[in-house]
Amino acid sequence: MTARQRTTIIAGACLAVSMTACVFLLRHIDRLRPKATIDDALYISSPTMVKRASLGFNGLMACIYWTRTIQYFGHRHFDRAHSYNELGPLLEITTTLDPQLFPPYQFGASFLAPKPPNGAGEPARTIQLMEYGIAHNPDNWQIYYNLGFVYYTELKDYTRASEVFARGSKVPGAHPFLKILAAQMAEHAGDFATARLLWSATFETSHETNIRQNALEHLRAISVDEAVTNLQAAVTRFGEKVGRLPSSMSELVTAEHLPGIPADPDGNAYQLTPEGRIQLEKPDDFPFVTKGLPPGYKLSGLPKFHTKL
Amino acid sequence: MAAIEILGLEKTYMVGFWRKRPKRALQPLHLTVEEGEIFGFLGPNGAGKTTTLKILMGLVFPTAGTARILGREWTDPEVKAQIGFLPEQPYFYDYLTAHELLDYYGQLSGVPGKDRKHRVDEVLERVGLTDIKGVQLRKFSKGMLQRTGIAQAILHSPKLVFFDEPMSGLDPLGRREVRDLMEQLKHEGKTVFFSTHILSDAEALCDRVAIINKGELRGVGAVEDLTSTVQGKVEVIWQGTQVPSSMRALGAECHVTGDTVRAVLPENQQDAAIDALRRERIRLIAITPLRTSLEAYFVEKLQHSQTTAGKTS
Amino acid sequence: MSPRILHIARNTFREAVRDRVLYNLIAFTLLLSGAAILVGQISFDIERLVVINLGLTAVSMFGVVIAIFIGIGLVSKEIEKRTLYTVLSRPVRRWEFIVGKFFGLAGTLVVNTFCMAIGVFGALFYVAHKFTRPDALILVALYFIVLEFLIICSLALLFSSFSSPLLSAVFAFSLFVIGSFADDLRGFAGLTHGFTRWFATGAAYLVPNFSALNVITAVAHEQGPSPQLILQNTLYALFYTAMALSGAVLIFERRNLK
Ligand SMILES: Nc1ncnc2c1ncn2[C@@H]1O[C@H](COP(=O)(O)OP(=O)(O)O)[C@@H](O)[C@H]1O
Ligand SMILES: [Mg+2]
Repeated sequence: MTARQRTTIIAGACLAVSMTACVFLLRHIDRLRPKATIDDALYISSPTMVKRASLGFNGLMACIYWTRTIQYFGHRHFDRAHSYNELGPLLEITTTLDPQLFPPYQFGASFLAPKPPNGAGEPARTIQLMEYGIAHNPDNWQIYYNLGFVYYTELKDYTRASEVFARGSKVPGAHPFLKILAAQMAEHAGDFATARLLWSATFETSHETNIRQNALEHLRAISVDEAVTNLQAAVTRFGEKVGRLPSSMSELVTAEHLPGIPADPDGNAYQLTPEGRIQLEKPDDFPFVTKGLPPGYKLSGLPKFHTKL
Repeated sequence: MAAIEILGLEKTYMVGFWRKRPKRALQPLHLTVEEGEIFGFLGPNGAGKTTTLKILMGLVFPTAGTARILGREWTDPEVKAQIGFLPEQPYFYDYLTAHELLDYYGQLSGVPGKDRKHRVDEVLERVGLTDIKGVQLRKFSKGMLQRTGIAQAILHSPKLVFFDEPMSGLDPLGRREVRDLMEQLKHEGKTVFFSTHILSDAEALCDRVAIINKGELRGVGAVEDLTSTVQGKVEVIWQGTQVPSSMRALGAECHVTGDTVRAVLPENQQDAAIDALRRERIRLIAITPLRTSLEAYFVEKLQHSQTTAGKTS
Repeated sequence: MSPRILHIARNTFREAVRDRVLYNLIAFTLLLSGAAILVGQISFDIERLVVINLGLTAVSMFGVVIAIFIGIGLVSKEIEKRTLYTVLSRPVRRWEFIVGKFFGLAGTLVVNTFCMAIGVFGALFYVAHKFTRPDALILVALYFIVLEFLIICSLALLFSSFSSPLLSAVFAFSLFVIGSFADDLRGFAGLTHGFTRWFATGAAYLVPNFSALNVITAVAHEQGPSPQLILQNTLYALFYTAMALSGAVLIFERRNLK
């Protein structure tokens, strides 16, 4: 073996060993400082300071902060963490760096406004973010839509929601459903059809996986709520007609001439309790439903998304 | 034991920017240099001398072949402690003075600390570099750099030295001094292997020479042996591309380049040749006696290779 | 270790000194004293923060620039100028040359950083009139900065062993920037799927991770890294340097000199 071959072998081995060691150490280091990136990112929590510090590379920095936001949310969601305290500052920094970057506004509507554990529970901050976005992008109807959406879902302030939808519908090129939404807010705000329209719109106008998944979960919940409401009405009708509660679901089906045993979107049949209540078989799988839950039900753990996109 | 044994070293460079094509710089070379001799490695520019030396120094890797230096494999790092090398047109760390450079090189060659200062002064004196204390190498002239190069090659008293074009860049006196130095090294029992394209240097110094052209070895031997075949020749050059048949009959080696013809023939045929040209009304340009016998041999070898190359192409 | 490595390292250091690299200290001193005097005058309770942030960032920036600009020429310049011929024809192994060059450059940077560190502490004393216990954390930040230099030196040397100085500078500087966002890159890789995920994860782990080595802001807020992080960062920097140097040796060992 020549000296050169020996050097090659030793250097090759050294390369392999140190490369492996580096990867292992990095994994360790990452575990030692899980939130370090966000902490570092938020040492300067004033968005204007960040903007100044980015030396004119605002667009690039905005992209970096946006990926940090997504990561932060993804990790927290995955870890079942209870709070999203840093979501607000991250979104604000991102949009200060690049006010024209649209996804953060949409993300804010879906996750900054909802109450924990589904979101950060900061509707006022969200509304501020949206108004900032509208001020910088008056021609983007989607931000009006998202703002109306927050008023509708979180604050149940249908008048404001209607106003915002109406404002948005005047933007050139706005989607026609904004007009419909504005009109429906007046009389049919609480209708399932309205809610379904809203969430479908969210689903269809977004490309962000988290947002789409969230919208899909809500759509599932809406169809459960609607079915349970209808079935519960059928039970009442049965009682008025026959004078007693139906003894089983199949009795109810026969009496109501239903096409088959009704089932939730996962294919599990709805349950009929001896007290005549309609219930979900697995309520944990529908984190956003408001009907068909056992009395005193509390979600065990945190909401998890079932739908895969 | 032979000082250098070259066993079929060959080198093909890949040249070109995008599409690399092979360029043969050295045909398989076989050569042996004995210990204690001054060996001249002769060839025109681009013959492959530097390439050979760079391979032997481990600076470039050969396409094939091996070599042995001082009885060991040529890649053996231990060998390097016993050889010295002067590169062609040497260049050094120009932020150092000659003393600092040589001290550093002494460290790298393993010259022990207490000898080093003394050795440095001695070799600088020997190559004729005086009054240079504190002068950075960036202020050195070409000839001074050449002398520094020679000094660093012999600094660690190597058994075998390789000089690539040692006389280039030197004034006539300097050439004389370097010649003397090589003689001295030989007397000290060292082996000297040097390349040159200047024949007179080789003729005066070498025990043996090898002639190389276009990467191919043309001849090896003692200077007297080689030159015995080419005693007394003249070179005749004339206008045109015409080669009279009578010239060939005189035993001339003729070679056409552009619009002149160059012929080498025995001295005693000179008059006959002039007559032959006159008869054909050809314009004669020059007749030169080949000054030294080695030059004659050299020219003949090169012409031979050119005509054979011309025929094959 | 062979004494030749030491000799080569010393000569590399000497070259840097004679090329007046240490003159950067003058620029550094001017910058820092200017800043110290300025914030000392205005005084709005964040003098300490400004001096530490600015001082350490400048130490890091000056050093990175020096590491890259010297590092990229260490091998390629010697090949270009043919100064290597008379070195490699001596009993110097090619790997010894690489390692020696590395130590020479690293040594230059350590000396440079040491001088700058004195400057930072001086400026801090000027604005705060005293030292407090948390100021010792600055030493940790400086130590991490030196670790960062080791990695950059080895990378510059790696690029220098096969490419031209200009390209090497581009490569090394890009890696420095990417490495500063290595955390983001790794997080980002975790969000992708399929083949991209493999590729992105591989790349994310291969680029140097400078984000864990940058504790300047934390130290300015008087928060130090845990001893465990110090240990692991040290090991990481050493292994990463070893990796880049091995690569440089593997390439240089095969290289035909011009
Ligand atoms: N690095 C290189 N790349 C490509 N070709 C080269 C290289 N070095 C030398 N050559 C070619 O090899 C041949 C021999 O060159 P060289 O050994 O320097 O000749 P000499 O020293 O005898 O003048 C020349 O044709 C030259 O162009
Ligand atoms: Mg040559």
